[in-house]
Amino acid sequence: MDLSWMAWTWPTAIFFLSILALLVAMAVWEYFSPGGGPRIGIFGFETTRGDRLFIALLGAAFISLGWLGLTELSLWWALALSLVYAVGVFRLV
Amino acid sequence: MDKPWNNKAWFLVLPVVVLVAFSAVIPLMTVVNYSVQDTFGQNVFFWAGTDWYEQTLASERFRDALVRNLVFSFLILAIEVPLGIAVALAMPRKGWGVSVCLVLMALPLLIPWNVVGTIWQVFGRIDIGLLGRVLADIGIDYNYTQEPIAAWATVIVMDVWHWTSLVVLLCYAGLVSIPDAYYQAARIDGASRWAVFRYIQLPKLKHVLLIAILLRFMDSFMIYTEPFVVTGGGPGNSTTFLSIDLVKMAIGQFDLGPAAAMSIVYFLIVLALSYVFYTVMTKTGADRPGGR
Repeated sequence: MDLSWMAWTWPTAIFFLSILALLVAMAVWEYFSPGGGPRIGIFGFETTRGDRLFIALLGAAFISLGWLGLTELSLWWALALSLVYAVGVFRLV
Repeated sequence: MDKPWNNKAWFLVLPVVVLVAFSAVIPLMTVVNYSVQDTFGQNVFFWAGTDWYEQTLASERFRDALVRNLVFSFLILAIEVPLGIAVALAMPRKGWGVSVCLVLMALPLLIPWNVVGTIWQVFGRIDIGLLGRVLADIGIDYNYTQEPIAAWATVIVMDVWHWTSLVVLLCYAGLVSIPDAYYQAARIDGASRWAVFRYIQLPKLKHVLLIAILLRFMDSFMIYTEPFVVTGGGPGNSTTFLSIDLVKMAIGQFDLGPAAAMSIVYFLIVLALSYVFYTVMTKTGADRPGGR
């Protein structure tokens, strides 16, 4: 099957494989610990670990966009900040 | 007792996952791939990295279109939601009037977007349109092809005409599903009309209103056809919303890389705002004692 129309590059393939790996890891986590681990975090509403992953990924996207729009520094710093943010989301939200 | 969990049920979701993969995920992945490259056609691409994202975020054109879109969606929600609730409350609950009202309400929803645009384009013209001629005859300076305020008014009134019916029908369905016992209890307590609305009807409409607000927000934020047919994004750029700008860039200028980067930023904004709306309306207060 010719997928050249999708214009794949290694960086985008690695990006999507990382997302896929995260989803697989979440599925395995759910298999061994079903129910989604619901809890009420600092925002006062209930979240499952799926919600927390979504908030972490969406936040990471905006951190990266903000980094690109506001600074000249390398995007790797935005990735590091996103990881710190994701840890914060999984622990507190 | 612990709730039983059976993860085999996820296999039932598999057909939907496959369908969504082909209709949404694969096209979205392709747009991401385009957003980091440049092309001049012939399926030949050149790596551009984050250049198009930086260009989009620094672009005054993008920011102006985004502000226009946010203002438009805010105005649409501020008009259509209260108006939809008011019309739904005024509609009869029994008798022949119900069918007549429901058919009248459904009519605008059945008209294709481009036809709605054409109807209002003709309707608002000052030479042959009924609205344009009447406004001109009573001395109102109205010309949607030359004045930004007239163009905005036309696009907003057109959207209100087209889509308030959706809010009405959803609210009406919510209202007729309220059991009579609530109204009987309110009568016994001597509740005023306002108290019945505030403490019975509005809370019971919460879920349909959530759907109505989400649908109208997403739809108005992605509006394209109607304003494009009526004003073409003008006069100047005054009604150029994000989707119109995006199409100009992708198809008019064939700048696929910048258009793809703009699409991703646009998509993330819609996703984030929809999530915030959904969370605020469904989860906030639901877990507190007495909160619903």
